[in-house]
Amino acid sequence: VNPKLFGKAWLAGGYLFLYLPIAALVIYSFNDSPLPNEWRGFTLNWYVKLASDTEMLGGFWLSLKIAFMTACASVVLGTLAAFALVKYKRFAGRTIFSGMVTAPLVMPEVIIGLSLLLMLVSVQRLLGFPERGMMTIWLGHLLLGLAYATVVVQARLNDLNPQLEEAALDLGARPWQVFMLVTLPMIAQALLSAWLLTFTLSLDDVVISAFLSGPGATTMPLVIFSRARLGLSPSVNAVATLIVLVVSIGVIAASLMIARNERKRAREMAEAARN
Amino acid sequence: MTVAARLRSLATGRVAVIGVPYLWLLAFFLLPFLIVLKISVSEMETVRFKDLLSFKDGVLHLTMRFSNYAFITEDALYFKTYLSSIKYAGVTTLLCLLIGYPFAYFMARAKATVQPALLMLVMLPFWTSFLLRVYAWKGLLSEHGWAYELLTATRLDVALAAVGVIPAPGQLMNTPFSLVLGMTYTYLPFMILPLYSNLAKMDLRLLEAAADLGATAWVAFWKVTVPLSKAGIIAGSMLVFIPCVGEFVIPELLGGPQTLMIGHVLWDEFFSNNDWPMASTVAVVMVLLIIVPLAIFNKYQAEAQEVRP
Repeated sequence: VNPKLFGKAWLAGGYLFLYLPIAALVIYSFNDSPLPNEWRGFTLNWYVKLASDTEMLGGFWLSLKIAFMTACASVVLGTLAAFALVKYKRFAGRTIFSGMVTAPLVMPEVIIGLSLLLMLVSVQRLLGFPERGMMTIWLGHLLLGLAYATVVVQARLNDLNPQLEEAALDLGARPWQVFMLVTLPMIAQALLSAWLLTFTLSLDDVVISAFLSGPGATTMPLVIFSRARLGLSPSVNAVATLIVLVVSIGVIAASLMIARNERKRAREMAEAARN
Repeated sequence: MTVAARLRSLATGRVAVIGVPYLWLLAFFLLPFLIVLKISVSEMETVRFKDLLSFKDGVLHLTMRFSNYAFITEDALYFKTYLSSIKYAGVTTLLCLLIGYPFAYFMARAKATVQPALLMLVMLPFWTSFLLRVYAWKGLLSEHGWAYELLTATRLDVALAAVGVIPAPGQLMNTPFSLVLGMTYTYLPFMILPLYSNLAKMDLRLLEAAADLGATAWVAFWKVTVPLSKAGIIAGSMLVFIPCVGEFVIPELLGGPQTLMIGHVLWDEFFSNNDWPMASTVAVVMVLLIIVPLAIFNKYQAEAQEVRP
């Protein structure tokens, strides 16, 4: 067997495996049948129905709010945690700290959800708040988001040349000025990808939300999950297609922007080298 | 600013940078888990749990109840569930490695110009909803679904039934097969990404050296490439295995009555039986199961981040 050909075939097979389900979701969202895997002709009916689906729309709006708050808070806390791990190689309990930061990456979500809920219930008994709802879901998502944001920002900080910051300090900049004027512009791209990643994670979460949601706080994934549990539902396919559309546009726009910035930076570096 | 003042301001910055996320994690990660530990040994009263510590007749009493733990170790169903969770997670990890390793390898050896696009194509499904992609398999594996048609037309379902992962030819949904397929599909990118970043960094001159010393490509692959990618294999396997052990959504949507998973049991104890101490006990035992893989993962994660070029 020609190894080059074998490699190409393996990659093609792998991508087919990864994208086949997504393609099926999109195609069958236009299917004129209540059972979305037997083709009976083209329709936009499910999208029209979606526009008046108050349960789904309400869930979508709530999920959007939680995802926005999660992404913002995760990036702030994650940047702090990444700085702590990269800049300070020694402090009391550093091992526990780095363990606690990365554990939620792999920790089964049922454990995160259950333990946070039991704590919130205990706090509620002592103090009378918080009520379960949007804010408690946000707390749970933040735990997950913090872990992912830290890993993304930490990887970028590790690649930075520490001499740039030291030079700024030597030239008399105060630490926060160094951060705002030197470090922040260099890690801005990592912060953006951490924000987008934690946003999508929050928008997608079922298990933590199920534990921490209260009456009236049903996120979009919870609505989708309860319908998917009952069986196949074309409304879910329509939602999926819209999400795929938005994500594709977002990712393509972001990667074009990043590629343009990289080219610009390469040009500037070349110019600086010539001068 | 004097040197002393500069040092002071650096020190307060340090306290804030470390302190804020540290306290946050202690309050919302460690403390909740300690509460789970406490509730797992508490007696359930109608609304609240009995305090573990009580002060009676001038003596401090500590009341702990281990009956939940005793029940879990004695009850055959719990034991079987833990065992089958580990089995399904293990098989999934193995399949992800078998598919993902060659995949990551060919990605890393592709032309440098196409690699960013290949990488982006692996990440893209990860950005679209995980829940919806799992749901998609429900349609694909049910009657008239694409995967159903493909597997029955090629008579592969007969082979699957012979191996025992589906009860009979033509019954693909709600079986061990659909569960493992769904988990492999979902977690495959988690295996590919660390393997790719590891394999892409490899110094290819080592392979030339191996060839110069008389090794065939196949021998060089097993003696040079695979040992050098050990860190990637371990990181990827842990990223797949640990969350799979406690997976809930995939067994709920694609699993069936045969596929016992511990995440599901925890969910039922909590939401259906309202037995919080039992749910807590199940959670504690689950953490005990994954603590060793978790420690290995944390060690490799920390090492990967500490290394500087």
